[in-house]
Amino acid sequence: MSELIDFLIVSLVLVAIGIYGLVVKRNAIRMLFSIEIIANAANLNLIAFSRNLPNAQGQVFALFSIAIAAAEVAVGLGIIIIAYRLYKEIDVEEFRSMRG
Amino acid sequence: MADLVFIAVAIMTIGSAIVALESRELVYGAIALAISMLGIAGFFLILDSPFVAMFQITVYVGAVAVLVIFTVMLVRTQALFSTIEDKKRKLAGIIFMLIFIGGIGSLFLLSGINNPTFGNFQGSAIDFTAIGKEMVTYYAPALIVLALTLAGSVIGALALARREDIEQQNERTY
Repeated sequence: MSELIDFLIVSLVLVAIGIYGLVVKRNAIRMLFSIEIIANAANLNLIAFSRNLPNAQGQVFALFSIAIAAAEVAVGLGIIIIAYRLYKEIDVEEFRSMRG
Repeated sequence: MADLVFIAVAIMTIGSAIVALESRELVYGAIALAISMLGIAGFFLILDSPFVAMFQITVYVGAVAVLVIFTVMLVRTQALFSTIEDKKRKLAGIIFMLIFIGGIGSLFLLSGINNPTFGNFQGSAIDFTAIGKEMVTYYAPALIVLALTLAGSVIGALALARREDIEQQNERTY
């Protein structure tokens, strides 16, 4: 049977991949992907500890976290679309000047 | 047997997370991200929380993946191909990632989390009626604030994506 540490290691690897994507990638949509991967690793941790204790509050927090992440994706993609309309580019290196 | 399922889901999740960031075309990256989220839902099922797993599939694989794919379609194809990356920065990122995994991972393995008396799953799984009860009693204010946040963010996203030039054109024709 899997133990708590197995889930923590998977979640750690996902966070590391997400940080790598945020550091290296310069494509705005890919950076949003990285943020999603990190948020999901956090949710996995919440559920793993909730099962380990066992306590229902971890699952409630995970549900809230998923809903907030969905709202964040909607706003992030809206910002990316409007930035693409202004700059004709989704490379964040081109977004340095914030003029409209 | 359970370990075999765990390893398969772990490979699926981590592998498609890497593909999501490294695939050459962004559309394939979006699909790989959806598969990775599906793998996370599989972890939730292994952890005896089917309600959160279904929520994850509905929100991430259903809504977020479709939203991302539509955004990718709206953006010009030339901008989708990965631009030339700085090789040094990529190498530094990979080295940092490995150091991060090694450092925090060894911390996990040395700490009390690895202790079998704590690390083994004990007790019975949580019934999802307990989640519902918590959500409408103790966390009811948080639920209302969350609903307002979701409504506000959706309205904000719509206002952001509005095209004023087209609206003005339409007004002129009337």
